[in-house]
Amino acid sequence: MTKRFALGIFDDEDVLLHAVENVREAGVKIYEVFTPFPIHGIDDALGIERSRLPIAAFFFGLTGLCFALWLQIYTLGFDWPMIIGGKPHIALPAFIPVSFELTVLFCCHGMVITFYTISKLYPRWKTPVLDVRSTDDKFVMAIEVNENTDMTKLSQLLRDNGASEVNQKEMSKF
Amino acid sequence: MQHVSPVREPLVTGGKTYHDVTQDVCRQVEAAPNIRWMAALSVALVLLGVFFYSVYRTLWYGIGEWGLNKTVGWAWDITNFVWWVGIGHAGTLISAVLLLFRQKWRTSINRAAEAMTIFAVICAAMFPVLHMGRPWLAYWVFPLQNTFGSLWVNFNSPLLWDVFAISTYFTVSLVFWYTGLVPDFATIRDRAKGPIAKVAYSLLSMGWKGSAKHWSRYETVSLILAGVSTPLVLSVHTIVSMDFATSVVPGWHTTIFPPYFVAGAIFSGFAMVLTLMLITRVVFKLEDYITIEHIALMNKIMMVTGSIVGVAYITEFFIAWYSQVEFEQYAFINRATGPYWWAYWSMMTCNVITPQLVWIRRVRYSIPLTFILSIIVNIGMWFERFVIIVTSLHRDYLPSSWAMFSPTIIDIGIYVGTIGLFFTLFLLFAKFFPVINMAEVKSVLKYTVDNGPTYTGHDPHHAPTTHQTSTHGVPASAPVNYDKHD
Repeated sequence: MTKRFALGIFDDEDVLLHAVENVREAGVKIYEVFTPFPIHGIDDALGIERSRLPIAAFFFGLTGLCFALWLQIYTLGFDWPMIIGGKPHIALPAFIPVSFELTVLFCCHGMVITFYTISKLYPRWKTPVLDVRSTDDKFVMAIEVNENTDMTKLSQLLRDNGASEVNQKEMSKF
Repeated sequence: MQHVSPVREPLVTGGKTYHDVTQDVCRQVEAAPNIRWMAALSVALVLLGVFFYSVYRTLWYGIGEWGLNKTVGWAWDITNFVWWVGIGHAGTLISAVLLLFRQKWRTSINRAAEAMTIFAVICAAMFPVLHMGRPWLAYWVFPLQNTFGSLWVNFNSPLLWDVFAISTYFTVSLVFWYTGLVPDFATIRDRAKGPIAKVAYSLLSMGWKGSAKHWSRYETVSLILAGVSTPLVLSVHTIVSMDFATSVVPGWHTTIFPPYFVAGAIFSGFAMVLTLMLITRVVFKLEDYITIEHIALMNKIMMVTGSIVGVAYITEFFIAWYSQVEFEQYAFINRATGPYWWAYWSMMTCNVITPQLVWIRRVRYSIPLTFILSIIVNIGMWFERFVIIVTSLHRDYLPSSWAMFSPTIIDIGIYVGTIGLFFTLFLLFAKFFPVINMAEVKSVLKYTVDNGPTYTGHDPHHAPTTHQTSTHGVPASAPVNYDKHD
């Protein structure tokens, strides 16, 4: 499906931040904003909800901790009990290092895999980009448009808010 | 619009724009390899050849190729292992601890330091694996069901803790480093001319477009990774120190080992970061990004950790005397005056005396002196591990088994070889990957000077004042909210 976008190109992140607020106030729906680096405060301006990744990370860590404790208690305590250095079979203080490491291991990898999955980031041969300068030095605000959109008005709104250029681009599979 | 702080030095000098950052960092990746890089890679590859030959000898003829004997059963292998792991720690510290402490100066150096971590851990891992003698059975260290019945690994052993610590540390560092690289790969992909580069960097960048939503998640991920990497990095060297501390060997059986080893790791790690950064900034012309301020700040961290290590050495001596354990007392007197006195005093000179020179401002801000100092510290930290391991082992409780250790050519070959391995990997990284984290440097660029009076730093007559200039077509009246950048 082909989509049409109006692209407002900004040169400065502070101008963009202000523009995002104004454009949304004017009742225009912003499709997405592309920036070369994270801009603090843009989440609120765009209305992006706080990520729930920390909660996911916590539960991944908890899984790792439970797995590590089960593994050590089961193997050394029940499956093949052996006295090592006079310690009890289930020597919890000696199990702390491995439990900690597996907690961190599960937490990090679980969270990172979740991040790539929900963001739909995976290796691909070709990446469609609306404006290649958005990974260099420009801040791009993309607004989805159709035949009924008044382009002159939209363009004027973006320019009034500090856009240095306003372009249009059609994209299939975006 | 740029913000000029009246009290802080600019993080990036030279009045760079966002586009300049991209240009400066991508230049190296896009250009044909220069002659200095080729020369350096050739030397590294020769050393890598030495590594492969020494490993071949070790595997074909066995561990008898090394200088180990009945008393000194660990020597260069574990020395090199601890040395390399320690070097790796600075990378995580720069990217994780300094991120949590909101030290924005880390942005210019974190990428290369993290790469250094990964490569140093790869070098470190070679030693325990080769010390096994039969590395093809290395998977025995993992708790896997096996054909010998219900036989499991011993979770009470610090050597097994090491397995878990190092493998967790390596994979987590790798993921942290790679996730940080993704946006910069996207920048290179969007600039790429050739078809191979386009496809290669498209695959590497995982389809990153820099959308606000992705950045928001990306920052959450970075923060949590930093939060869990910080205790992780401390745990790794603590566990490495427990390999020794949980034994009964005099000189090893000390409770001071975990913090002392961690401080030593940061100390040697920062020394190696300095060595690499001083070379990288000159070779790749990145003096505006890795400024003299960065070097001075790293020097300060090196000085602090070096002083902690110095205090630890003295504490060990004091406790040996205070404990009234004769074996412990003998071990320490033997270290300073016994057959390995030269190693002990090399360690003391390199690690305790030389870092104190950093108190002098002239030394801290001098590039040649810092370079020499960083190499001295790396040598000193190698001697520290050698002293701890060999001097404690060569005189154990039983005088009949007292022995001396001397390395064979294969021992030396593997050690020198891992330096070749490290530099081969680092040089390939520096050529094909962006050495500086462009996205993060761009986000701190406003903390610098643009089109304004040149900030002379220490001259009170040129004290900078806050000013606003119109840059790249932005109206001067545009709203600025600096609070949102913290």
